[in-house]
Amino acid sequence: MRLDERTRPDFPILERVVNGHPLVYLDSAASSQRPRTVIEAMSQYYARSHANVHRSIHTLGEEATELYEAARDRVQRFIGAGSREEVVFTRGTTDGLSLLAETLGRTLRAGDEVLITELEHHSNIIPWQLATRDRGAVLKAVPLGEDGTLDLEAFERLLTRRTRVVAFAHVSNVLGTINPVAEMCARARRAGALSVVDGAQAAPHLPLEMSALDCDFYVFSAHKMLGPTGIGVLYGRRDILESLEPGRGGSEMIKEVWIDRAQWNDLPWRFEPGTPSIAEAVGLTAAIEYLEKLGMERVAEHGRALTRQALEGLAAIPGVKVYGPPATTDRGAVVAFTVAELHPHDVAALLDAEGIAVRAGHHCAMPLMRRLGVVGTSRASFSVFNSPDEVGHLLAAVAELRAAL
Amino acid sequence: MTDEVMARAVGGPHAGFAGAAGTGSGSAGNRRGPLLYSDVIRERWRRPRFRGELPGASAVAEDVNPLCGDRVRLMVALEGDRVATARFVGDSCAICTASADVLAELVVGRSRAEALRVDTADVLAVLQADIRPTRMRCVTLPLSVFAMALNGKS
Repeated sequence: MRLDERTRPDFPILERVVNGHPLVYLDSAASSQRPRTVIEAMSQYYARSHANVHRSIHTLGEEATELYEAARDRVQRFIGAGSREEVVFTRGTTDGLSLLAETLGRTLRAGDEVLITELEHHSNIIPWQLATRDRGAVLKAVPLGEDGTLDLEAFERLLTRRTRVVAFAHVSNVLGTINPVAEMCARARRAGALSVVDGAQAAPHLPLEMSALDCDFYVFSAHKMLGPTGIGVLYGRRDILESLEPGRGGSEMIKEVWIDRAQWNDLPWRFEPGTPSIAEAVGLTAAIEYLEKLGMERVAEHGRALTRQALEGLAAIPGVKVYGPPATTDRGAVVAFTVAELHPHDVAALLDAEGIAVRAGHHCAMPLMRRLGVVGTSRASFSVFNSPDEVGHLLAAVAELRAAL
Repeated sequence: MTDEVMARAVGGPHAGFAGAAGTGSGSAGNRRGPLLYSDVIRERWRRPRFRGELPGASAVAEDVNPLCGDRVRLMVALEGDRVATARFVGDSCAICTASADVLAELVVGRSRAEALRVDTADVLAVLQADIRPTRMRCVTLPLSVFAMALNGKS
């Protein structure tokens, strides 16, 4: 049985009819949909167990705490982290990257360098702009080669004694490029820099093993991997997290407080000020359970098959241009394309009239758009519930587009 | 607003703005549904009347729609207090292009003050399209660029 044949009945939203057509949802790279188990787990939690976590000495508070901390254990296993102390909950990838840029930013000195890449999402650019600007540090970017992969020779050249942090995407949200994380992290470490990996587009699709990637930090969001909005994960190597001063303060992250000072809490709570996203943690647990039941290897293979079908199909349509590494390369489950003479927003609107949801615009990667020489692209992205038939609908609709406007 | 969206979500099939814009005759590419863009938008996008450079323009401004990266530059030639002609160039979608084209037509011949009073409703009245909130910036970008040009902020 194909993966989508098994999963489709689990996603209530797929019953939606949009503009007279069954919904074809090809925008999971922006935010995926959720299976019934995730929706029900959160609803059950609110209906039965909600209370604030950690300091509540009553039954519901204990249940909520147990569920919240169980989510951490689940995440630890899912990403192959060494210990639960290495799993910090955030509000999402953007929040995780901001937290890191704020926290590591404080350790930067004038002349220090932070190295990002040309294919980053704005979430992995702007926090580092702010951090370096405030400290008189310098922000540099690894250029992109013609084939849509990073220029690793340039990476080597740009990695200097002054480089303190290297931050890059595991999988590009536009090109689908899968960066050689382990190799880049190893090089960063040799140069004495910390590595920060934006895993937003990888966590939903690839089996993850932190020890194999050997990065210092890895961040991702739940809502792109069948889970709820409002929660994400920041993995950090324990010894490094231990050495960092928290960048954000509030309740939960302290042991003892005086008016003029405080003693920080243990890991991982030291980096989780305030009431966390508890129901969302419960939803994330359910999402991980769902993905693990399918098996991440199968999930990855399903994404690869749909991506290949879309890439080859789109490239064969006159006037359509696809971006990123060739279909034969291992890529993430996104396909960015443009249609000659048509603006990406018009492409998306015309496809929406056929019930097909794709994303259009700069995909929060303006420097990459500039590098590609386009104002924007349209982007189809895939998840476990998408079928080859749906990709077929996309291809048929795109083939008709130029006549439609 | 929320109620309306929720009602539509549970209400099953709906035509959205495709239905409301369906004043045309249902042409190529729309074989399975009503017209997506109004005839005016399609016509203005295919054959804009005011697209092009305007050497020696007395007022010029350019801006970007941060949502999509649409970029529009408006050039205005003033004769005394009167807008003698206007032209636009840009990388923009069909709605934004049509809006710029209609705006240019609407302001020509008017005094400065009159031209600045041309608003979104005037442009929408010509476009005859039911523009969704997510695309309203596509309509308003040329208007704000025009105001920038006449107010000397470029």
